[in-house]
Amino acid sequence: MSGANRISGAGRLTPAKTARFVFDGRSYLALEGDTVASALLANGVHLVGRSFKYHRPRGIVSAGAEEPNALIGVERDVARQQPNVRATVQEVFDGAKIVSQNRWPSLSFDVGAVNNLLAPFFAAGFYYKTFMWPKQAWKHVYEPRIRAAAGLGVSPTEGDTDHYANRYAHCDVLVIGAGIAGLSAALAAAKTGARVILCDEQPEVGGALHFDTSVTVDGEDGFAWAQATAARLARMDNVTVLTRTTAFGYYAQNFVGLSERVTEHLARPDRRLPRERLWQVRAKRVVIATGAIERHMVFANNDRPGIMLASAARTFLNHFGVAVGRRVGVYTANDSAYEAAFDLKRAGVTIAAIVDSREQPSEEVLAEARALGIEVLAGHGVVDTSGKLRVASMSVARNGGGSARKIPIDALLMSAGWTPSVHMFSQSRGKVAYDFDTQRFLPGTYAQDCLSVGACNGTNDLQATIEEALAAGELMANATGFSAPEKLELQGSNAFAWTGGMAGSAEGAGPDTTVKAFIDFQNDVCAKDIRLAVREGMHSIEHIKRFTTNGMATDQGKLSNIHGLAIAAETLGREIPKVGLTTFRAPYTPVSFGTLINHSRGDLFDPTRKTPMHALEEAEGAVFEDVGQWKRAWYYPRAGEDMHQAVNRECRTVRETAGIFDASTLGKIEVVGPDAAQFLNLIYTNSWDTLKPGRCRYGIMLREDGFVYDDGVVGRMAEDRFHVTTTTGGAARVMNHMEDYLQTEFPHLKVWLTSATEQWAVIAVQGPKAREIIAPLVEGIDLSSEAFPHMSVREGRICGVPTRLFRMSFTGETGFEVNVPADFGPAVWAAISAEGEKVGACAYGTEAMHILRAEKGYIIVGQDTDGTVTPDDASLSWAVGKKKPDFVGIRGLKRSDLVADGRKQLVGLLTKDPKVVLEEGAQVVADPNQAVPMTMIGHVTSSYWSENCGRSIALALVAGGKARLGETLYVPMPDATIAVEVSEMVFFDKEGGRIHG
Amino acid sequence: MLLIYCPYCEEERSELEFRQAGDAHIARPTNMTEMSDEDFEAFFFLRDNIKGLTFERWRHLNGCGRFFNAARDTVSDKFLTTYKAGLPRPDVSTLRPATEATVETYEATESNAK
Amino acid sequence: MADLGADATGIVPATRTLPLAGFHGGSAAAVLSAAVPATRLSLRAGPDAVQALSGALGLSLPVQPKTSAFADGRHALWLGPDEWLVIDENEADLMAAVSASGALHSATDISHRNTAILVKGRSAAAAINGGCPQDLSLTAFPVGACSRTVLAKAEIVLLRTAEDAFRVECWRSFAPYVSGLLTEAAEDAGN
Repeated sequence: MSGANRISGAGRLTPAKTARFVFDGRSYLALEGDTVASALLANGVHLVGRSFKYHRPRGIVSAGAEEPNALIGVERDVARQQPNVRATVQEVFDGAKIVSQNRWPSLSFDVGAVNNLLAPFFAAGFYYKTFMWPKQAWKHVYEPRIRAAAGLGVSPTEGDTDHYANRYAHCDVLVIGAGIAGLSAALAAAKTGARVILCDEQPEVGGALHFDTSVTVDGEDGFAWAQATAARLARMDNVTVLTRTTAFGYYAQNFVGLSERVTEHLARPDRRLPRERLWQVRAKRVVIATGAIERHMVFANNDRPGIMLASAARTFLNHFGVAVGRRVGVYTANDSAYEAAFDLKRAGVTIAAIVDSREQPSEEVLAEARALGIEVLAGHGVVDTSGKLRVASMSVARNGGGSARKIPIDALLMSAGWTPSVHMFSQSRGKVAYDFDTQRFLPGTYAQDCLSVGACNGTNDLQATIEEALAAGELMANATGFSAPEKLELQGSNAFAWTGGMAGSAEGAGPDTTVKAFIDFQNDVCAKDIRLAVREGMHSIEHIKRFTTNGMATDQGKLSNIHGLAIAAETLGREIPKVGLTTFRAPYTPVSFGTLINHSRGDLFDPTRKTPMHALEEAEGAVFEDVGQWKRAWYYPRAGEDMHQAVNRECRTVRETAGIFDASTLGKIEVVGPDAAQFLNLIYTNSWDTLKPGRCRYGIMLREDGFVYDDGVVGRMAEDRFHVTTTTGGAARVMNHMEDYLQTEFPHLKVWLTSATEQWAVIAVQGPKAREIIAPLVEGIDLSSEAFPHMSVREGRICGVPTRLFRMSFTGETGFEVNVPADFGPAVWAAISAEGEKVGACAYGTEAMHILRAEKGYIIVGQDTDGTVTPDDASLSWAVGKKKPDFVGIRGLKRSDLVADGRKQLVGLLTKDPKVVLEEGAQVVADPNQAVPMTMIGHVTSSYWSENCGRSIALALVAGGKARLGETLYVPMPDATIAVEVSEMVFFDKEGGRIHG
Repeated sequence: MLLIYCPYCEEERSELEFRQAGDAHIARPTNMTEMSDEDFEAFFFLRDNIKGLTFERWRHLNGCGRFFNAARDTVSDKFLTTYKAGLPRPDVSTLRPATEATVETYEATESNAK
Repeated sequence: MADLGADATGIVPATRTLPLAGFHGGSAAAVLSAAVPATRLSLRAGPDAVQALSGALGLSLPVQPKTSAFADGRHALWLGPDEWLVIDENEADLMAAVSASGALHSATDISHRNTAILVKGRSAAAAINGGCPQDLSLTAFPVGACSRTVLAKAEIVLLRTAEDAFRVECWRSFAPYVSGLLTEAAEDAGN
């Protein structure tokens, strides 16, 4: 027997299909299709958690996503542990390990429950007022302790071993919710041939048909009709039916986020399946059919385990075959709770009494109650309850006072009416309107192409719901250009039309001082807290919400909003719509991080870009560094070498012999067209008319404000074709910058830009033996200095494949940069390496490259410049065309601040102690003995040990730096102050002869 | 996630393919070198940061690559229209109301409450 | 140095290393494979040049957004109002072809810049929709439709070659990311 409270013959689960699970260390038997909540109730377990603030014992309140109390942890293994799962949503699977939360040491004996006794000190706003002093204590004392004591579940410490998927989807009509309204709308829309997506958060479609067994559609049992309809829809090519799928967010232009739980209900999921799948749906039209949520009654001690929504008890009975008690009381202001009592009574459960706060319940339900022999106490209220870990009695009194009668019960069902679920509508930025007659907020002004139907639209009557939904489905499909030849008709019937309902404190909520009549179970907010908030001066519902935490966290006001609002309105003496409704925020129910991240983890977190030669460099032992998305070879340690030794060797080898370097990541842009030179004249500070085909020039690019934006060598391949290079990090940004000017400022120019960064593998060969290394491999190019001087480019062949061969250098040595179509990169690298080996050359990485260029005073844009450096600040005035009529930045350069004295200028720094290497970013001061805070006159931008200079070298931006040559400045560090001398930027081969070798 | 109509691709595409590119209709002066400091400041540094209808540039970066202009409401975040680069500002009166009443903001809720 | 010719130099010709060599994967419903090497051109030109360039390429350069042309193993994809991606699966010399057109244009060889993954099967569109936000229904993206777009965090050019087949072009260094994402998405779409 899968639990003592399972009623034979009741419910839709199959008794033979059992599953065993563990709750807090105890094993229970469940049926397949049970939720954790229904299985626990079947086994008589009502106590499932402790409340957030007071640690009061709590039970299951609902049977759905609105559940505020029954939050559990689901543990599959050490890595797969999910906290804060609703027991009413989580399906039981064989072997499931479920734990309760927010209790220590155990659920039935919880030390934190002392908070309940201290409750007078824990009123709304308590934290804000009490823990403010002393100031430092919040962070170090109060907050950690409060968090430890009050936190919900515990997050797993291991990495998540599950994976998650994403799917972008488009449809004509998205239907949210597959109750009778959603199914009807989907049917009508699907019939037109429109692309339809129908989603529902539950494992099975049907919505309220889960509990309302009185419904028939076209004579068929409602729930059975729903399943058959969903199956029929799923078979249609133009329809996608998604169950266990929650629409959690409604965004701009009918963009709706769905979270599909793919394997949460499976005992041994196929590990290839994603645990959850995110659907990013773009719908032309949306039908919102999200139903309504039953409200609880607000009265004294309404939170004991065993006290739950009437519709929940009905769901547990009619769907899961579970009786939530043997002697059940009802406290209601609405007819719907009567049907729960009727169903339970017919199933053999004793109904102690129906307490109805209304003086005049509807005649139909009263007649049925009489027929079933159920006592109805109209015009009465439940003024208190008793029972420690489960409700044991209710105290009932006539409205307006008088003596209370204590009635023993083991469960208490409540209903204050139904709140239309306008969350999706509200998230769509639609404006809700208050309906005074029915005391409900209903969809008012629509902001997007959507329609609400059924209970979420305030439509109560079954047939009206069906007709409204059929019409909406058809209308929405028509709007997207689809139509059906004839109209669909469905005939529904049910037992009772429900009337009644109330909002705010019920009779029995008692005086403020001592009574806890909860409106928000999850956040432990009572009616008195709302009144206190108003007395403390919170007059806006948004302030009241934040002061009391009503409707915060995962609840998002599903149960508490209307009650809180009604109490605030009453206390303020205003009408409800004048107090306003808090905004519904996405997500409707919590969405796991894994789902939102989906594929973007591990190797797919972000693209990792590797050069064509990466594998060869890896084989040579390279250590890589991240440069943007690129992996670049940083240095190539040999056996026994640390980084310092490897880099020193690489630097020395380049200057003594030659080095081979992977420069493929440099940005490359092909600039082609008759106006190409004219365009470059405008983009760069230099002049390009005079550059002859076959020659190269170093170019500087500014922004309009006159600051250096990027730099690089540009080769003229032909009159109308330039090969532009950019910095590695600047490639995409420079391309965008150039396209921007070309398209919007200089559209008259006949020139086009194409990114060629990845077309070419680039192998730099630098050093005295560079020519010797490549010569045997090159065909069709005279490599002699006379025929092929520094800053030239030739086209020919290397290793039998086409090359654009540049004679250029970023090291100050004789240098070549071999560009070959990228697929040939590895083979050419291998051939050059083999030639290099013959003369003692080696591969060098980006660290050596940085040092070698610093030895020559070559700047790196973005390291030695920071967006506030002009060409003159960097001693690059020579590259600015003085006679040019226009270029980007020409006016900026003339701004008074940019030509003023005392600007920070790039200079060299030599430490007085040549062994000391400065730290990059360190500040520079003129007088080390001044009082703190010192006047900082600059900072170190590049600093290295230079093996070739036999000492440390550095570049720095220093105020008035060029006039300070030879001056002693200071770099204060925590442990010492370092004296430095301002120097020229060139530290090695100052005459610059080597480059022309 | 917004849909943006690209006037070159002639259809709506996901915001993911686009990049915003600052204010529209600010032409780079042809007489740059003769501009006064004040004029240069106005051209390059000063922007109005309008609340409501604004004209701005977008680029269909991961699409056709074209820069184009858009009239967008910075309050509702809605695009009123998009048009090709180089075309004049569209007639605002023919566009939908600049700021729609349906926008939920904290401030709006606040003022309702008072 | 004189051009001595390949025979006399003794130079061992460089071999190609393909970025997606040997790649295949996905699921029964969305099979992934690396496309064979092709020559590719980024072709830019104004409207006046379309006719001459079409003649030179032996197909009609498409002028409607999101459309492509195909003839004899050669695709021309509209990427922008003055931009086409030309792909020749027979590795013909496209640079030479367009240079003979006589029309004003810009042609840049990008044969090695791009690489391509072929996605085939009934769930091919669903697999690509694992990272691509475009509507890939046959109405919105019919056979022959093409577009530069995104696949999660990478830029791709998408071409529908059949109802159940797509060619996904990307820059070579993005190939591991694009193929990795498609592998996961194809497996998911295949379920």
